[in-house]
Amino acid sequence: MSEVAIVGVGCVGFRPITPELSYKELMFEAAVKAYEDAEGINPRKDVDVFVTCAEDYLEGFSIFDEFVPDQLGAALRHLFTVSGDGMLGLATAYMLIKTRQFDTVVVEAHSKASDILTYMDIVAFGLDPIFNRPLGGHPYYVAGMEMQRYMHDTGTTVEQCAQVVVKNKKNAIENPYAAYGSNITLDQVLCSDICFHPLKKLEISTPADGCVVMVLASENAAEKLTNNPIWVKGVGWCTETPNLETHDWTRAEYTRLAAEMAYKTAKISNPWKEIDFAEVHDLFAYKELQHIEALKLCEYGEAGKLTEEGITSLDGEFPVNPSGGLLGMGYGLEASGMQKLLEAVLQLRGEAGSRQILDAEVGLAQAWRGIPTATGVVAVLSNVK
Amino acid sequence: MSAKIKNYPGEALETKDVKEGKVPTEKFRPKAKFAWSAGIAMSRFLEELKNGKIIATTCSKCGRIMVPPRIYCEKCYTPTDGWTYVRDTGVINTYSVSFLAADASRLKEPIIVAIINLDSASEGMGIIHRIGEVKDWKEVKFGMKVKAVWKPPEERVGAITDIKYFKPIRE
Amino acid sequence: MSSEVKNEMFGKKRVAIVGAGLTLFRRNLKETGKELSYEAAKMALDATGLELRDMQSVVMGSAPDAFDGVHMKGEYLADGAGAYNKPYSRVFVGGGTGVFTPLAGWWHVASGQFDTCLVVSEEKMSSCYPHPQFAFTTIFDPILERPIGMNLVWIFALEMHRYMHKHNIKKEQIALVSVKNKRNALDHPCAQLGANITVEDVLNSEIMCWPVQRLDVSPTSDGAAAVVLASEDVAKEVTDNPVWIDGVGWCIDSTHWTNRDLYYPDYVECAARMAYKMAGIKNPPKEIDVAEPYDPFDYKELHHMEGLLLCKKGEAPKLTAEGVTQRDGDLPINPSGGLLGVGNPIAAAGTMKVCEIFWQLRGEAGKRQIPADPRTGLAQAWGDLMQYGSVIVLRR
Repeated sequence: MSEVAIVGVGCVGFRPITPELSYKELMFEAAVKAYEDAEGINPRKDVDVFVTCAEDYLEGFSIFDEFVPDQLGAALRHLFTVSGDGMLGLATAYMLIKTRQFDTVVVEAHSKASDILTYMDIVAFGLDPIFNRPLGGHPYYVAGMEMQRYMHDTGTTVEQCAQVVVKNKKNAIENPYAAYGSNITLDQVLCSDICFHPLKKLEISTPADGCVVMVLASENAAEKLTNNPIWVKGVGWCTETPNLETHDWTRAEYTRLAAEMAYKTAKISNPWKEIDFAEVHDLFAYKELQHIEALKLCEYGEAGKLTEEGITSLDGEFPVNPSGGLLGMGYGLEASGMQKLLEAVLQLRGEAGSRQILDAEVGLAQAWRGIPTATGVVAVLSNVK
Repeated sequence: MSAKIKNYPGEALETKDVKEGKVPTEKFRPKAKFAWSAGIAMSRFLEELKNGKIIATTCSKCGRIMVPPRIYCEKCYTPTDGWTYVRDTGVINTYSVSFLAADASRLKEPIIVAIINLDSASEGMGIIHRIGEVKDWKEVKFGMKVKAVWKPPEERVGAITDIKYFKPIRE
Repeated sequence: MSSEVKNEMFGKKRVAIVGAGLTLFRRNLKETGKELSYEAAKMALDATGLELRDMQSVVMGSAPDAFDGVHMKGEYLADGAGAYNKPYSRVFVGGGTGVFTPLAGWWHVASGQFDTCLVVSEEKMSSCYPHPQFAFTTIFDPILERPIGMNLVWIFALEMHRYMHKHNIKKEQIALVSVKNKRNALDHPCAQLGANITVEDVLNSEIMCWPVQRLDVSPTSDGAAAVVLASEDVAKEVTDNPVWIDGVGWCIDSTHWTNRDLYYPDYVECAARMAYKMAGIKNPPKEIDVAEPYDPFDYKELHHMEGLLLCKKGEAPKLTAEGVTQRDGDLPINPSGGLLGVGNPIAAAGTMKVCEIFWQLRGEAGKRQIPADPRTGLAQAWGDLMQYGSVIVLRR
C-alpha cells in the first residue's frame, strides 16, 4: 500500500500585481523554492511527472501547456495540463502515484490575474452560449442569486455572511503570503456597496497574482525528500452539472459529494471531531458558510451561527480559513485550491507562524471552480501516517 | 463494434447554409484582452531591439548562449548568469513560402518565413522572422547567409518587428 | 504471465478498453459540443452493455477553448460527457489530447481509485467564425511570433521543409502517405475526406505554404469519440475481448521550438520509450503489429514513424514506397485513414485512432481490418509548438 505525501512546497505571492515578472518567471521562482524545500530535488532527473493546472482564457494563450515546461525543469520530460483547479492537480498526482508507476510528481498552478485586462468578460465567456450568455450582464449576478436562495432556505443572515469577511481579512494580516489582510469592522462590510443584491462589494474576493508549486512523493521516495511529510489521506472531486438552471442553489452538492469520496478514503466518519481545521473556498463570503455545511462540519443552516459565535475564528474551536481565505489572501484563480493546500501544509508542519493552530494533526482543504461551475475538490491532509 | 454499427451519429451541415443564416445560430464576440508582463528577460530583449541590438543570456554550466534570452537555463535548470550581444547575421535553418493570407485569400507576393540560426549564439539557436529583398522565392536556400534589416532608430519601438526582415548576404 | 506479475508490471490494476464510440467527422455538424459528446459516449456505453451509473469517473479531452467559444469548455461539456454528479476532469495537451485522454482514464483505474472510467474527446471547430484558422494565431508567443504574422500552416511547412532537406526526401515520396490514407478512409464510415487520389493530384494541388500543398493537409472538423475503460475484474465481466492498456507515455519538449532541429521529434521518441518500457517492448518494429501515428499533414506520419522507433531516421519514406505501411503490409500504418482521410477534430481525432486500434485488435474493423492477426497496436498523437507526444500501447 503506497501512501502519498507532500514533500515540498514553494509559493510566490500572493500580491495584487507582479509587473516585474512574466508568468514564466513567476513559475520559475515558485518551482525553485518547492524543489529546495524537497531536499534540493533535481527536476531534470528526479521528477517523474509534472502536472500543471491552467485555463487558456485566464492566460491569454491557446494551448497554454506549450509555455510551461522550461521554467519547471520539465523540458523533454513528462508533463501535462489538467484544465482545472490546482487541487484537482493534486488529486491527479495522487492517482498517478497510486498506480505505482511513478514516485515523484510535481503540481503547479498560478494566477497572473493582473495580466488579464477584461477578467469579468472572460468569466462571462464561461456561461452557456445559448441559454445564459445572451442575457448579458456581469456574471456575478449568479452569486447574488445563489446567496439570496441560500439565505432564504437556511435562515442565514447578512450579518453572519459579513462576519466571514471580518474574520478572514483579520487572519490574513498574519499571513505573509496574503495580499489583502486588513482590520475591518462588521459595519464597514455591511455598509459597503451592494453589487449583486444581496452580495456586497467587500464580500467578493479580489484577484491576486501568485504561484504555488508542490512536490508529491510515494512513501518510499518521501523518506529521502523530507523529515516532515504531510500525507494525503484522501481526495475527492465532483462536478454536479454545468447547467445553472438545474444545480442546487442552496447546498453545494458538488462539495458534499467530493467530501464523501475524500472522507471514505481517509476513513473519516465524524468530520467535526476528526479534523482540526479547514481551508474552504470563499470567493464570496456566503460561500464559506455554504461549503462548511456541505463538508458536513455542521448541519445545514448552522455555519452562520458558528461564525457569529467565533467558533471558526483562528482561536476558536474549529478554525476555518486560518490563512485569511481568498478574501484575505486574494483570489488566485486556478491556484486558489493550492492556496488552501499551502496553508494546510504549513499548519500541519508547524510552520504557520503567528497563525499556528496548536496540535493540528488533520486538515481539510476544499476548492470550487467559481462562476458558473458546480465543480469542487476536497482533500484531507495529515501529519500522521 | 465498428463492423456491427450501421449508423454513426452526426448531421452534417453545409458551410454556406451556416453563412447564409439558414441554420439557427447564436453569435458572440468575446472580449478577451491581455497585457502580459514581459518580465526580466524579455523586457531587456525588447529594449535592446530598440537599440538595434540582439541580446542573449548565457549559462556558465552548459556554456550555451541563448536567444531568445531567458532567466533560467531549461537544460541545466539553473538561473542564467550573464548577458551578451549576438550578431544580427545568421544562417537559414529552414524556411517556407506562404501564398495565403490570414483569411485564406491568395497573396500576390508570397511571404517567406524562416528560422534563422544566429551567428555567435549557440548552435541551433534560431529565431523566426521573415526573409525580404528576394526577387524569386526559389532563390532561398538552406544554409543561406542572411543579415537583419532594421527599421531606422526613430521608428523602433521595442518589438521583434524593429527588424523588418532578414536579407540574403550576397557575396 | 501470471496475474500477480501482470499487476506488478502494470500498476495496481490492469486496465482495459471495453467499448468505443465515434460520431461522423465533418466540417460542420449540427450537433452542439454537448450533443456530440453525448452521442459518442452513449455509443461506447451501449457497445459494452454498461450504463452511465456504472461509470465511476469521467475524463474529457478537448483542445483549445477558442474553437468551441466557451471559457472553461470542459465544464460546459461535462453533462454531454455524462459527468452528472461524478468525479470529472478535463485534460488538455494541444493536439496530443486525443491519445492523452485515454491515458488519463488509465490512471483513474490503475490507481485503484475507480473501477471504471468513461473517456470522451470532443471538438467543435466550426463554432469558430469565420474560420477556425483564426483561433490558431493565439497559440503563438505574443512577443516573438505573433507580430511576424505566424499562422499554423507556416510552422508545419518549416518542419516539413527541414525534414525533407535533412534526409533528401522529395514531395512525391511524401504524397504517397496522403494517397494511402485518403484511400483507406473510403472504408471508414465516419470519414470526412475519403477519396481515391493520385500523387499527381497532391503535387498539383494549391500551394499553401511551400512545401505544404492543399492535399498534404487534414481538414478542420467537428466530431467526438469515446472509450469505456474498466479494471481487470470488471472488464472480464463485460466482454470476452478486453483490449489491455499495456503502455502509456507522454512527453513535452521546450517551448523554444526555434532552438530545436525540427527534422526529428525527440518528444515522440521520449513518449514512446516511456510507453514501450511499461509494455515491455524492446523491438518496436517487430513487436508492434499495427500503428496509428498522428497525421495532420502527410509528412507527419513519416516523421512520427521514425520518432516511434518503428524504423530508422529517414527510412519511413522508403517503407511507404515499398507498401510496408499498407493494410496488407508488414507494418500497417493508419489503416483507419488517419486525420488526412477521416478528419481532424483535434482531440476527437486522436481518440478515433485509439478506437481504431481497439477495433483492429478485436477483429471488428470491417472493411478496414488488416489481414495479419494483430495482437499489439499503438496510437500516437502530437501537439503544441512541435512539442508534445502522447503514446498508448494496446494489447489483446
